[in-house]
Amino acid sequence: MKSLEELKALKEKMQSKMGIRNDDNASARVVIGMATCGIAAGAKPVMKAFTDEIARRGLNNVAISQTGCIGICQYEPVVEVYVGNEEKVTYVKMTPDKVARVVNEHLVNGNVVDEYTIGQSKL
Amino acid sequence: MYRSHILICGGTGCTSSGSGAVIEALEAELKKNALEEEIKIIKTGCFGLCAIGPIMIVYPEGCFYSEVKPEDMEEIVNEHLIKGRPVKRLLYKETVEGDSIKSLNHTDFYRKQMRVALRNCGVINPESIDEYIAYDGYAALAKCLDEYTPQQVIDIVLDSGLRGRGGAGFPTGLKWKFAAANQADQKYVCCNADEGDPGAFMDRSILEGDPHAVLEAMAIAGYAIGANQGYIYIRAEYPIAVERLEIAIKQAREYGLLGKNIFGKGFDFDIGIRLGAGAFVCGEETALMTSIEGKRGEPRPRPPFPALKGLFQKPTILNNVETYANIAQIINNGAEWFKSIGNEGSHGTKVFALGGKINNTVLVEVPIGTPLRTVIEEIGGGIPNGKKFKAAQIGGPSGGCIPSEHLDVAIDYNTLIELGAMMGSGGLIVMDEDNCMVDIAKFFLEFTVDESCGKCTPCRIGTKRLYEMLEKITSGNGTLEDLDEMEKLCYYIKNNSLCGLGQTAPNPVLSTLRHFRDEYVAHVVDKKCPSGVCKDLLSYVIIADKCKGCTACARKCPVGAISGAVKQVHSIDTAKCIKCGACIETCKFGAIVKM
Repeated sequence: MKSLEELKALKEKMQSKMGIRNDDNASARVVIGMATCGIAAGAKPVMKAFTDEIARRGLNNVAISQTGCIGICQYEPVVEVYVGNEEKVTYVKMTPDKVARVVNEHLVNGNVVDEYTIGQSKL
Repeated sequence: MYRSHILICGGTGCTSSGSGAVIEALEAELKKNALEEEIKIIKTGCFGLCAIGPIMIVYPEGCFYSEVKPEDMEEIVNEHLIKGRPVKRLLYKETVEGDSIKSLNHTDFYRKQMRVALRNCGVINPESIDEYIAYDGYAALAKCLDEYTPQQVIDIVLDSGLRGRGGAGFPTGLKWKFAAANQADQKYVCCNADEGDPGAFMDRSILEGDPHAVLEAMAIAGYAIGANQGYIYIRAEYPIAVERLEIAIKQAREYGLLGKNIFGKGFDFDIGIRLGAGAFVCGEETALMTSIEGKRGEPRPRPPFPALKGLFQKPTILNNVETYANIAQIINNGAEWFKSIGNEGSHGTKVFALGGKINNTVLVEVPIGTPLRTVIEEIGGGIPNGKKFKAAQIGGPSGGCIPSEHLDVAIDYNTLIELGAMMGSGGLIVMDEDNCMVDIAKFFLEFTVDESCGKCTPCRIGTKRLYEMLEKITSGNGTLEDLDEMEKLCYYIKNNSLCGLGQTAPNPVLSTLRHFRDEYVAHVVDKKCPSGVCKDLLSYVIIADKCKGCTACARKCPVGAISGAVKQVHSIDTAKCIKCGACIETCKFGAIVKM
């Protein structure tokens, strides 16, 4: 390391990896249903897609966590997104392909992806 | 990217309560469930809650588990990490309120604290320089080399009012200023990590939890005074701290943060480690430097002070670990910020190792000037078993005690001196009504008699004679004249000893004489130990009305001092009794008492 710029670049790179450890820092939470029903419906690849996408964009204020069954097993994989103090948004029948849009439109730009939410879903 | 970080303490406290086995069990469970790529385990330094280790924090929730065992890992992985349901029975009780779970940062224990020196302990992986850099590591060194002249660095440290955290509380900036002013072909920066006070372990925790903070500060000090070589003198009894320092130095060299031409600014600095064999006197600055030189660790007279002629007769500064841990923060946040914390004349925070008769045996950092009551009752959780607080011994064998009437005094360098104690390194031992203050003074004196290096007579012989007088008193042979003689001897030792060890050794005696003279008088005049500690002044007696003649005590007594027939009142032969207390524990009827 021969310059201050190098130190600064390394600091920023590392900070994005460690934001998770500041529990006051998270401004958004992505909660993924990981009960038997969720896992059977494919929640694991969805979670992986979220971690990858959030890391790729360096969003260090988003926490990813998991929860059990919330009782709508036919809609799994279910993902709940909490941004600030806004009401939670429930996305249903998620797939890894849908993740990038949720991260980009909802977490980054603040626009809910209506067509993936439970209200828009066709039975 | 990992969705969860699990922090497990790898400090000395948690390592000895088995955190190594917990980490192995957790790794195996994560592997079994194919979670290694989602969840990261980080071994950190001390969280400060050593008594309830091993300690584990799960992020992003911030769930705080205490006293975890390897066999708990299966449940934590299955319930918490897979299904998102924290295992309540293992959570630290203060973080659970009904159905909601608080993070550790929101408990009383943490909220009352202010962590400056310990800021990274229990937060980062001490074996990763990258994590230190993420938390502003080496930014202060960069700032000094880039923006400040050495004189400006010294001015900032002077202006901050930082005082030495190792004992005497000498202003750090002044030391630096003196060493900078002396011209020489070679100067040295030394770090005193020879932490020897019984009960104090903050320096060890900093080195184990955040070793780079000390390296960075030493490099800043080197730049300020014009030194290119540093030495850390650390005792060999701290193997984890030594290992982490070695790793940290290696990493810093690889990154070019130690070595030649740091940040391309033409400043060279490197650090070496020197191991001490654990002599208390080597914590004294001149003895420490003599020991680094490879000689027997004995002090020498000052002046000349180390700033003029220190290590290898060259200008040297020597600061304590905790002092160094504040430096980068002062540079990053400014002297004004540091001055805004604490009391007039005593700025910043101080780490205390809280132990003895206290519910939470912990390491805490509070702004200087925090009342003792806050530390003991709110952070320490008070005295166990409903006993009454009697006194707190602060500063170890060099310090003194603070009795209950001064519980609300703001703890700072000056008020402690007024009370006959001193900040010392920050060991804080709490005593309740069962502790005998004469016995406590004797305990600390025994330590200094052992640790006196023997070079000067007042310390070598004076502390021995003082110890003998205390023995005379605790065995019931003391007189009131002895108390006066003892006080005279204390001042003689203080005024005539060569180094800090002897000059402060009588402090525990003087301060207990000052605050608890009545206990000394009870030993001398009434031949009684009010707390029931000094064996020679006790006798065990059987209360005739309560004794049922069950013979349990007679069978338990190891020296056959109890006699009596079945269903008859027993008696104790005081000549044979060794006062071991076995009979009191055995008696179901409460018929045996100490008098």
